[in-house]
Amino acid sequence: MNGLRVSNLSYQFGEKTALDNVGFSLDQGDFCALLGPNGAGKSTLFNLLTRLFVAGQGQISIAGHDLQKDPRAALATLGIVFQQTTLDLDLTILQNLRYFAALHGISGRDRNRRIGRVLDRMQIADRAGEKARTLNGGHKRRTEIARALLHDPKVLLLDEPTVGLDAAARQAITNHVHSLSSDGTTVLWATHLADEVWPDDRLIILHNSRVLADGRAKDICGGDTLENHFLRVTT
Amino acid sequence: MTPYLTVLVAIITREALRFVHQRERFIAALVRPLVWLLVFAAGFRAALGLSIIAPYKTYITYETYIVPGLCGMIMLFNGMQSSLSLVYDREMGSMKLLLTSPLPRWWLLICKLLGATAISILQVYAFLIIAALFGIKMPVAGYVTVFPALIVAGVMLGALGLLLSSFIKQLENFAGVMNFVIFPMFFMSSALYPLWKMAESSELLYTICAINPFTHAIELIRFALYLEFNGMALVWTVLAGVVFTVAALWGYNPARSGIRRKG
Repeated sequence: MNGLRVSNLSYQFGEKTALDNVGFSLDQGDFCALLGPNGAGKSTLFNLLTRLFVAGQGQISIAGHDLQKDPRAALATLGIVFQQTTLDLDLTILQNLRYFAALHGISGRDRNRRIGRVLDRMQIADRAGEKARTLNGGHKRRTEIARALLHDPKVLLLDEPTVGLDAAARQAITNHVHSLSSDGTTVLWATHLADEVWPDDRLIILHNSRVLADGRAKDICGGDTLENHFLRVTT
Repeated sequence: MTPYLTVLVAIITREALRFVHQRERFIAALVRPLVWLLVFAAGFRAALGLSIIAPYKTYITYETYIVPGLCGMIMLFNGMQSSLSLVYDREMGSMKLLLTSPLPRWWLLICKLLGATAISILQVYAFLIIAALFGIKMPVAGYVTVFPALIVAGVMLGALGLLLSSFIKQLENFAGVMNFVIFPMFFMSSALYPLWKMAESSELLYTICAINPFTHAIELIRFALYLEFNGMALVWTVLAGVVFTVAALWGYNPARSGIRRKG
């Protein structure tokens, strides 16, 4: 079964509860925004979904693979864009993509074909030879999204990828990521900015370590703007 | 190419590219042992009399004696430098990329270890070439036979760096590594003086030096440079390397990873 399944997920940092019985399910090709204020537990959830943390309780299934029992198969189907940039700034875009391809065991012609495809898809083919350090924030993010798509993931996680971008770059990235699910990729987009969520998006609101709401954004808002609704329920 | 080999080549290439981009690191890595060799050794030559000890067949100059120790010094500092860059990678986030690869984590960390070792060996050979230009030469074949010894010593010291990086939370804590790891390991070893000299002044210090794995790494290099094999040094170095590697892999286990502790 494709998509992303999270059930009864809890996590503690010592005495502090970071996630409390969180559960949701995304089908193949779903786009879902995960909205929550700072400290809601979004990053902890992403660290659990990427196996940087191991959950004390609960289950995660990625494209039908149990992350606990079969982590390698699960991670092979997962694309990730982290909140902090994880590009090697001294390497070119091409070198960064080649390095990532190798981390997924992809080499040779197949690697070159995939790199060409994602560079075209993210419209950065003309910058491939430039060092990551010289790119602006928007192009760095495009590169990271291109990298996350290189191995044809079935599930794509993006952890607040628009942090630090100017308004134009933020809008461009938001529009682009919304289109990524059209080819059947399941997309989970974490953000704390309500204006990045569209009315027809599937929306999960995370607050105080728990799922506060799960449904279509416009249904959750009940006629109000998402920003107002979000502020009302989280303050 | 198998996925395992692909990732090994990629990680070593990345380490090499990073090294090439950091020219000052390369220069610093060479200047440090050269200062010891050309300044410190010149001053100590008169003060420190050396008797004939294995693997040397005749009296040697102090400069000749400390060359293997300085090769070890390069590898020790490089192991710590790699460790520092791992902590930096973790703080900056790029370590996450490595740790979320579908390949086994132990293999990814071994690849990092081998990448760091390859850089160490390059530095050691550059140092040996410069030393030779200053007239401190080894048997020609010794430059070949030392290669496997450098791999074993480099992996052991790189594994120590990997182990430290799995437990050090922040870059700021690295100053402690200098005081509590690098300096004691270097000075309580046979790098600068033969152990019998140490035994003359303190039996306790001699015992510490004798069990210090860095001493054995240096002796492995020293004997290999003179086309001789030191079995005891090999056993100790390999044993320490295995212990450090296993402990480092445990340290990077996601169930108790350093990243987890960062929250």
